[in-house]
Amino acid sequence: MKRLALLGMPNTGKSTLFNRLSGASARVGNWPGITVDLMSAKILAGGHIVELVDLPGIYDLHGFSDDELVVRHFLSSNPVDLAIVVLNTSQIDRQLSLALQIRNLGVPALVLLNMQDEAKRAGITLDTARMSQELGLPVLNISAKYGDGCPEALQKIGQLIQQARSSVSPQTIANQLEADTQIESEMHEIVKKTVQIPTKLADETTDRIDKVLLHPWLGLPIFFAAMFLLFQFIFTAGKPLQDGMNWLLTEFRTLALEPALAHAPPWLNGLLLDGIFNGVSTVAAFVPIIVLFFLVMSMVEDSGYLSRAAFLTDALMARLGLDGRGFVMMLMGFGCNVPALMGTRVMRSRGMRLLTMLTIPLSLCSARLQVFLFLIAILFSAQQAPWVMFALYMVSFFTIFLTAFLFKGRFPNKEPFILELPPYRFPTARQIWLRGWQEVRHFLHRATKFIIIGVVLVWLLTHIPSNVPPASEQTLAGQIGKLFSPILDPIGINSQLAIALIFGFVAKEIVVGSLAVIYGLQGDALTTQIAQNVDWVQGMSFMLFTLIYTPCLSTIATLRSESKSSRFMWLSIAWSLCLAWVVSFIFYQTARALGF
Amino acid sequence: MRLLSQLQPGDMATIGAIHAEQQLHQRLLALGFRAGKTIEIIRRANFKGPLQVRIGATDVILRDAEASLIQISH
Repeated sequence: MKRLALLGMPNTGKSTLFNRLSGASARVGNWPGITVDLMSAKILAGGHIVELVDLPGIYDLHGFSDDELVVRHFLSSNPVDLAIVVLNTSQIDRQLSLALQIRNLGVPALVLLNMQDEAKRAGITLDTARMSQELGLPVLNISAKYGDGCPEALQKIGQLIQQARSSVSPQTIANQLEADTQIESEMHEIVKKTVQIPTKLADETTDRIDKVLLHPWLGLPIFFAAMFLLFQFIFTAGKPLQDGMNWLLTEFRTLALEPALAHAPPWLNGLLLDGIFNGVSTVAAFVPIIVLFFLVMSMVEDSGYLSRAAFLTDALMARLGLDGRGFVMMLMGFGCNVPALMGTRVMRSRGMRLLTMLTIPLSLCSARLQVFLFLIAILFSAQQAPWVMFALYMVSFFTIFLTAFLFKGRFPNKEPFILELPPYRFPTARQIWLRGWQEVRHFLHRATKFIIIGVVLVWLLTHIPSNVPPASEQTLAGQIGKLFSPILDPIGINSQLAIALIFGFVAKEIVVGSLAVIYGLQGDALTTQIAQNVDWVQGMSFMLFTLIYTPCLSTIATLRSESKSSRFMWLSIAWSLCLAWVVSFIFYQTARALGF
Repeated sequence: MRLLSQLQPGDMATIGAIHAEQQLHQRLLALGFRAGKTIEIIRRANFKGPLQVRIGATDVILRDAEASLIQISH
C-alpha cells in the first residue's frame, strides 16, 4: 500500500484535515525509528486505498524539539510515497519554507493551501498556478474546516501516487537532512512573485476580543470565571442525562438481568450482578457528563483561548521555573493526564520538560472528576456541591504550584519562551464532534478494560472466603484494609475506602465501581449506604487523597516512556503519595480538632 | 542600538538583526522574524510578563529574554 505523510506547521489546520479525510477511522500505530505513537488511517484517494500518517506539527525539519526529531526519524526510517504539506495561506510568507525543505529532500510532495477564508479576510491574494510553477510542486486550495477542495485534493493524490515514481530511499533523506539549504531567499522570491500581502494586517474581531480577554488586570479573573461557568454548564446540563442513564440501567437490571439470571448458581449471580453489573453501571452513569466535558474541552482547545491562557499566566509560571505552555498542559491534563504528558514534547530543555511532567499528574483529570461528582452528590447539599468541586480544582492548582516551587531548583532550565498566538477560531459542529468522539472512544476503551478487570478482582477479594459476610473484616479485602490501617486511620480512611484507593492506583474509574462492589449495592441504595457509613470530613479526606496520589497506571507508564528514566517515574510516584498523605492528614486532623 | 524588549505597546519598528544561537534563530525564522521585516508591539502582560508582537499575519508571544536578542534598526 502507498504511504502518505501529512506535514505542516502548528496552527495550520493539519489535524482538522486529517480528521476530515479519515472520518473517525484513525488508529494509533507503531512506527520504526520512533518511540511515540502516530495516528494513521486508510483512506480512498482516486480509487486507491492509501495509508495516511499524521505527523506532529513542526516549524522546520532542522529543528531540535522532540516533535521535530520524530518527524525527521519518521522520514528517514519509513519510505513515504507522497508528502502532503499543509500551509496556512494567511501566513504563507513564512510557512512556504517547510514546503521548500520537503521539496529539497526529493520526496514527491503536494502542497495544500488551507485557511483561505482567513487569508481573504486579511486581504491576501495569491496566484496558485504561478506558485505551483515556481515551486515545482502541485499546489491546491482547500478548506479543511468546511471541506471545500478536499475531493479535488483526493483526486490529485490518486493521480500523483500512480505516476510510478520510485520513492526516495530513507537513507538519501537522512543524508539530505544534514545539508543546509538556501531556502530563505528562494521563499522570499516566490512570495514576492505570487502573493500580494497588504502592509498592515489586522484581524479586527480577534483584536477586539483580545482587548478584553487579554486585559492587563481583567484577563486572569475573566479566564477563571469563564472556566468556572463552563464547568457549571457541564454539570447542570449533565445532571439530567446522568439521572436518565441511572434510571435506564436500574430498569435494565430489574427487567432483564434479574429474571434472566434467576436460576443461575448464587455465586455466578452475585459475580455478574453485584460484581460486574453494579461496578460497571455505576461508572457508566457518568459517561454522559464525561462526553459533555470532552466536547466542551475540545471546543476551548480549538478556539485559540488556551494560548491566551499561556500569555496571561507566563509571568507567574516563570517564577515557578515553568512557562505559560506548562499551564496549558495542566489545563489539558484536566481531560486526561496522558496526552498532556506527551504534549511536553514541544519543550526542548529537559529540565523544564521534567518539571512540567512532575506537575501534570496533579491535574484533576476527568476520571478523578467522576469520583468527586459521585461522592460530593452523596456528602454535600446541592448548594454546597459546586463550591466543593471548585475547591478541589483550587487544591489541584495549589499542589501543582507547590510542586513546581519545591522542585524548580532540581530541574533548572533555560528554555526560550516563544509561542504563536493564533486568531480566534470557532470550530464547526463537525469538528467538535470528531474531536470529542476521539476522546470519548479513548475513554470508553480504557474504562471498559480496566473497570471490568478491577471490579471482578474487588468482588473476589470481598467474597473470599465464602463462608463469612461479604466485605467483612474476615474477607481478603478486610485483611488488606487492616494491613493499611496504621497509615490510613490517621487520615480517616476506613477499610472499605482503603480497598477502593488501592484499586484506584490502576485507574480512577475503578474507584467508583469498586465502591459499588464493596457495598454490594447500586443506584440510590448505594448512595444511602455510603452516606450512613462515611461523614463529610472522611469523604473530603478521601477525595483529597484521590486527587493527589498517582492518577493511574497509564500515566505512570507514560511518565516512564516520555522521561526515559525509571528514577524520575519513582520520584513522581513517591512525591505524590507523600503529598497526598500529608494534605489529607492536615485536613482530617484539623477538621476533627475543630469539632467537625 | 535599540532592542525589541525596550519597545512599548503600540510601537512599530523594523527588525535589524537577530543574535540568537542557531536553534533559536531557526525557530524565530520559521515564525517570520527576519531582518527588514516590520514588527508591531501589541501588548505586554502584567508583572513583567511576555510581549505580544505582530509580524505580518502572525502574532507571537515571547519573553524579554528572547526579545532582547532582537535588534531594532529604526
